[in-house]
Amino acid sequence: MITPPDSSPPPLRSSGEQSRGAPDPAADRQAKQLFDYTLALADDALVSAQRMGWWISRAPQLEEDLALANIGLDQLGQARTLLAYAGQVEGAGRGEDDLAYLRDERDFRNVHLVERDQSDFGVAMARLLLFSAWQAELYGALRTSTDTTLAGVAGKAVKEVAYHLDHARQWVLRLGDGTEESHERMQAALDAEWRYLLELFDNDWLDGDLVEAGVAIDPARLCDAVLARIEPVVTEATLVVPEVAPAIGGGRRGLHTEQMGYLLAEMQHLTRSHPGATW
Amino acid sequence: MSSTEWPLWEVFVRSRRGLSHVHAGSLHAPDAEMALRNARDVYTRREEGVSLWVVPSAVIEASTPDERDSFFDPAADKIYRHPTFYDVPEGVEHL
Repeated sequence: MITPPDSSPPPLRSSGEQSRGAPDPAADRQAKQLFDYTLALADDALVSAQRMGWWISRAPQLEEDLALANIGLDQLGQARTLLAYAGQVEGAGRGEDDLAYLRDERDFRNVHLVERDQSDFGVAMARLLLFSAWQAELYGALRTSTDTTLAGVAGKAVKEVAYHLDHARQWVLRLGDGTEESHERMQAALDAEWRYLLELFDNDWLDGDLVEAGVAIDPARLCDAVLARIEPVVTEATLVVPEVAPAIGGGRRGLHTEQMGYLLAEMQHLTRSHPGATW
Repeated sequence: MSSTEWPLWEVFVRSRRGLSHVHAGSLHAPDAEMALRNARDVYTRREEGVSLWVVPSAVIEASTPDERDSFFDPAADKIYRHPTFYDVPEGVEHL
């Protein structure tokens, strides 16, 4: 965490106030912090939505197809509001589409958990369990953020995420406590995803000022509560809470896995091939 | 080979308080809990409802076309069952 250079920093600007008049280095630095934080939350939701979209037309049943599409669209909605806000905070004229489609891989701040391939249904459900448990705690806490826009996004998203978590729980229970094969595959999926859980609680990238000002939530403080949501589901599903070495991570600093480039290529290609195209 | 198809469920949606649940359609689900969730995802995406029922299609006993004559035709000439033979007193608004 970085200590602020002056002892009494001015209050953080919220809801996208733009800097005006004489340059104000402290205000610019605060805007940059808020931009980075908002972008991290937005990119988690955006990239997860893109992976969820892969399932459309591929889910095991029509009903599940719609369920996963709904979940992906909820996440996309969160991402859109957050990206628009990030663009406003930045004050450089970038909108939600510019941030989603015209940034390069190193400028994305999402965790590795959400960016990897999830074309195995068990993996998709294991990941949704971890990610929505995290989002449930994060948005729950963010509802009282001193930043009114972040608090507003969180207030709306918390209900959506509760449903995502329930959906993941239903499937983890049924597959974990199902047939011998489904049990084994669900455990394997959980083991694979668990390595990426810890990155969510990393707070090295986050500026302490934002947390102290009540704008951001320190991710590390959510760890116990997130695990308390996940572990009972794992146990009830007759699965074992994995003991695996955490992956290296680095998403919050713009370092991504090989699969991120392919995801972005697919997500961004239309906008980049036809700049300014409209329906 | 046993069937691997999930059983069929009938979905009833109440659009708002005070109205009754109305049949909206059907869907497949492995059990009642998932049927309820699938119903939410398939039939209430556009704010269609505030309450949902799901019923296994197999437990519904339905009348058949063969029974139409005996079931429904006898009501056709019983017009006195319609409350149309009363003079409504003047000034009564809510009858």
